[in-house]
Formats: sequence, structure tokens, C-alpha cells
Amino acid sequence: MSNNGREKLVQIRGLKMWFPITRGILQRHVADVKAVDGLNFDVYKGETLGLVGESGCGKSTTGRSILQLYRPTAGQVLFEDKNLVNMKGEDLRHMRRRMQMIFQDPYASLNPRMTVGSIVAEPLEVHSIGNRSERLNRVRELLAVVGLNPYFINRYPHEFSGGQRQRIGVARALAVNPSFIVCDEPISALDVSIQAQVINLLEDLQAQFGLTYLFIAHDLSVVRHISDRIAVMYLGKIMELADRDELYRNPMHPYSQALLSAVPIPDPVIEEKRQRIILEGDVPSPVNPPKGCHFCTRCPKVMDICKEQEPEFRDYGNGHQVACWLYQK
Amino acid sequence: MSKLLEVKGLETRFFTQDGVVHAVNGISYHLDEGETLAIVGESGCGKSVGVMSLMRLIPQPPGKITGGQVWFGTGDDRKDLLKLTDDEIRQVRGNRIAMIFQDPMTSLNPVLTIGFQISEALMLHMGMDKAAARKRSVELLELVGIPRAADRLDDYPHQFSGGMRQRVMIAMGLSCNPQLLIADEPTTALDVTIQAQITDLVKRLRDDIGMAIIWITHDLGVVAGLADRVVVMYAGFIVEEAAVKDLYATPMHPYTIGLLGSLPRLDAARSHRLVSIEGLPPDLIDLPKGCPFYARCAYHIDQCATENPKLEPVATGHKAACWVDVTKAVPAKAKAGETR
Repeated sequence: MSNNGREKLVQIRGLKMWFPITRGILQRHVADVKAVDGLNFDVYKGETLGLVGESGCGKSTTGRSILQLYRPTAGQVLFEDKNLVNMKGEDLRHMRRRMQMIFQDPYASLNPRMTVGSIVAEPLEVHSIGNRSERLNRVRELLAVVGLNPYFINRYPHEFSGGQRQRIGVARALAVNPSFIVCDEPISALDVSIQAQVINLLEDLQAQFGLTYLFIAHDLSVVRHISDRIAVMYLGKIMELADRDELYRNPMHPYSQALLSAVPIPDPVIEEKRQRIILEGDVPSPVNPPKGCHFCTRCPKVMDICKEQEPEFRDYGNGHQVACWLYQK
Repeated sequence: MSKLLEVKGLETRFFTQDGVVHAVNGISYHLDEGETLAIVGESGCGKSVGVMSLMRLIPQPPGKITGGQVWFGTGDDRKDLLKLTDDEIRQVRGNRIAMIFQDPMTSLNPVLTIGFQISEALMLHMGMDKAAARKRSVELLELVGIPRAADRLDDYPHQFSGGMRQRVMIAMGLSCNPQLLIADEPTTALDVTIQAQITDLVKRLRDDIGMAIIWITHDLGVVAGLADRVVVMYAGFIVEEAAVKDLYATPMHPYTIGLLGSLPRLDAARSHRLVSIEGLPPDLIDLPKGCPFYARCAYHIDQCATENPKLEPVATGHKAACWVDVTKAVPAKAKAGETR
């Protein structure tokens, strides 16, 4: 899928999100956790952009700082060409109607003391949409859309299973008719057979309402299934971004190659023949990331320059972008 | 190969305020020496409780093993683990059968050094003195690939990363040269590149030491590259058992077919709609009279509602508990393969 002529919905420019570490009673600023350290990418209208990486690589922080749930340390987030980072108060609240989030943990993200009806109606109340009876009708309609019986409107979250709760979370996100939804690991807390139900639901809703997704997950098989394009993150940086099939067929960055080779495939005949690239060691701390390329401490193809200078994030044709010295000599 | 472990009709119940939870409902399987068996199923299907029962690690009350036999050992050594005294089972646990758990943080004691925790089992089961146990601990840590093992012996668990902690757990598991290693979702809490490190390590150790492994997981992907044979559990029953290649090539139970269909695959040629299994697993307090999978099954016939099928051989080395021959029947909701 080429991106020529497609409309950009969200543009991220030099996004940084650093969390300060303080010491002592004076709260002296001693260091920063560089969770997100300079990202540049676009999300096109109607697409699903997958964001993958291992735990602690900053993928959730990216999603949250795009929605301004964290205020970024530096950079711009342009939503339909308006910079959200500078926005405050009423302006920002107004923009929030257009962007919603689905959370990972369907147990922690729903208030146990609220009924399903009031959970789904809350965004409508916050944004003063409709009167009471209109809101009630809208909630019924939303429950039906996500495959729950509207009859459940007065029940509490504990009466539902994990998969059903995630449907409630989806209904709440859809309530204000957003155009952009950040899905933060929406299925990783669910069992395999239930995961497929929620993935199918998200795909149906995208087709029905023309939604744009930023789909954050650590499971590459799921991301490959649902995404149009995939960005691979490592230690606060995007290492590679490409069309789904392109990334799978031709991963350029050594980290993407290792990540793809580590994913088990449910077929013993294929597994027998596969050669894995086993990475040594662990991910370094984001407080003190390595100099040069962030991946240089674990990279099987590391060169001298990788430890000195950071590679540029460059396009190698058809929107296949990579940050690696192997291709920049 | 002779049988190392034979579980017959194992049944475990939990007696709770809400009622009796039928966690494990008469499961039977065996394991040969040096073989790797995977037990696959979703949360609450009884896969962990099943192996905890054979190690006699079920908290009692509320839990109780209400039936069955667990024969472990070869030749004259063969004993029913469920009939051993507490002292006798303690000689087996951690010594001849070792176990590693899902969460390497909660299964290590945070206030004791790694060295102490590994030496403990060596001194207890192998009768080593402190110096010998320490020397052996260093060897074990080196075996599982922990760099600078001698220096790290005096570190505490929080000074290790998740993957390294799981390596420590494996080192502890291997310390007394067990005949059987039980691994309960050992890679679920780990990232995919670390998961690859750990499965690689376990495979290498298995081939070097020649121990048998029971690998409990919900991940059919990990199983494919690791196991010799697979047991699929659902609602406390074994619904299918087969050699790993047979299970993936010709699954014979509708639940297994559903599980394989609901997996997105990294190597899928093009995106197709996932075949989801509709509905939810049954409540283990109030199990249906017939087949536990009846309500969610795409192949069900009338008989399934009233009679629970037994695990019967369907081909050589392949058993399934289903009234329907899935190779001939057509699923009711034929949505499979529908393209996006």
C-alpha cells in the first residue's frame, strides 16, 4: 500500500517524553528516564499503524503523549495540522472528542462502582452531548454495536468476563464518535479464543466508522494481522517503519530481524527448520541509554560507528524507513 | 523408552463458599523418560492445578485431590505419589521432580541471596556442605548462561532482570539432576526475544541432561518448536492428545481446531478474518452435563448436550474426546477463510 496522496491525520515531529528523577528533600533533578526520545512518524487517515516493541521501550508512553495524557517534554503532535502540545483547557478538551483510547487491562480501566450504562455515558456527559434520554439511547446503540446485549445497561463491571469488559471499553471509546483511537495492548490480557473476538470487533468497527487506529502491542503476530503499517520501537526510538508485508518480507534493521525470528510460529514443521537470531543480554536502562545507536549493545552486526553516532531515520523507498548505519555508508 | 510418569483418572476439587469447583475432572496421561509433553489450554482450564496436584502442592483446604493415581519412576522405584507420606513426597519434590513457575519475581525470596537459594536445595537433598554447594551453584549459574556467575552469587533477586531470574529458577530446578522438570508458563511474563533465549536454553539443557519435561502454556506457538507430544485441556478435561505434528496438521477436536484458527500467524500469506470461538468457557462450579465445549462448538450434535465423550483413540498415538468425526462433518458457522 503506497502512502502517496493519502491524508495525514496525525503527524508526530521530534516527540520526546522524559520523566525526571529527583533526589533528596529539595527534589533535586538528577536524571531523566528517556522513555520516548525523539520520534518522527505520520498516521494516515483510515489506516492502522502498529507500534511494536518489548516492555519498557516506550510504546505506551508514545500513545499517551500523543493524546496529551502526558505533556511531552519536546516536539509536536499535529492532529489535522493543529499542534496539540501547545493547546490548553477548553481547546484541548474539544480536540479530545476526536481522539480516544482503549486500555490494556479491562479489569483496572473500568470503575467498579459505576454501571456499564454510566461508564459508556460518561464521555457524552463530559462533552455535554445530548440530553438524558438521547444519551441513554446512544448507550444502548453503542452496546449493541460492540456485541453486548443493551439489556446489560444497569450491570456492574464485575459481572462481565475479560472479553466483555474490553467490549465495554471499546463502547466507551466510541461514544463521542472519535476519528482516532489509540489501542494500548487491548488484547494482551485476554485468552487466545477471546482475543480473536476482540480483534474481529476492532476490524469491523474500523470498516463501519472509518476509524484510524494506533495499535500498540508486543505480540508481532497480532500486529501483523491487524496493521497496515508497522513501526518497531526500541528504547525510546523507532528503529524501522514499513508496510506490514514489506516489514515481514524484508526487515532491514537487525533488531526487527531478531524480533521477527524470535516469534514462534504455530506449526511444528516450520519451527523445525527455522533459524533463530538469539539476542544476547537485556535491554539497557532508558535513564542511561547507550551512546550512538540505542541497539548497539545487543546488535549482532554492530560496527564502530554505531557506538559513536546515532544513525539517521531514513526512507529507503516506498515508505520503508530505517535508522541503521548498515545502510548509510 | 519406558514410562516415567503415569497419571490415571486424576481428580481435583476446590470446596469454596460458592460451591465445589471441578478444577480437574479425571485426567489420564503418561510421559516417557526424556520426553517433552506440552499441556495447552486457556486460563482456568485446570492445566496448572493438574500438575500442582501430582506434586501434591494443592492448598488443603479448600483444595482436595479426590481421586486418581500418579505413578512416578521406573522399575522397582515406581510409586504412587498420591500415597506417599509428607516426608516421602518432600524427597521427590525439588529432587527428582523440579518445577519452575511463571513469575520469576514472586517465586524467588527477595531477602535471600541467589547463592543461598540455590545452595539450600543442594544441602538439603544432596547432603553437600556449604563450600561444595557454593561451588556447584557457580557451575549451575554458568550452565544456564549467567555471566560472571561467581560474582553474582551474592546478589539479591532484584538485581537480576526478568530473563536472568528465570535462568536462576532453571538453575535451581536443575540443581539435583531431576528426572522430570515441570515448567508452568515459564516464558509468559517475558518479552519475545528473552522468551527465545529461555526456550533455546531449555532445549539445550534437555538434550544435554536428558530429563523429561512437562511444559504448561497457553501459547500454541511456543509448543510447536518445543514439544514431542501435546495434551489439550478444556474445563478440567483432556479433550485431545497427539504427537505435536499430528495435532497441528490434523486437529481432531473442535476446540483445538478453534484455537488454531483464532491465532493470528506471523507467516500468514494474507490477512484473513480470524475464526473466533464464540462465547465463554463454562463455569467450573456448574459444569454442563454433556460435553463441556457443547455451547461453543461449531460441530455439535444432539448427543453432545447429554453425554460427555471419553478420550478415545482416533488414530495411532492420537486421542480425542468428541462424538463427531470432524474430518467428515461440516461446521455449523462456516465463516472460516472469509477474507477481509
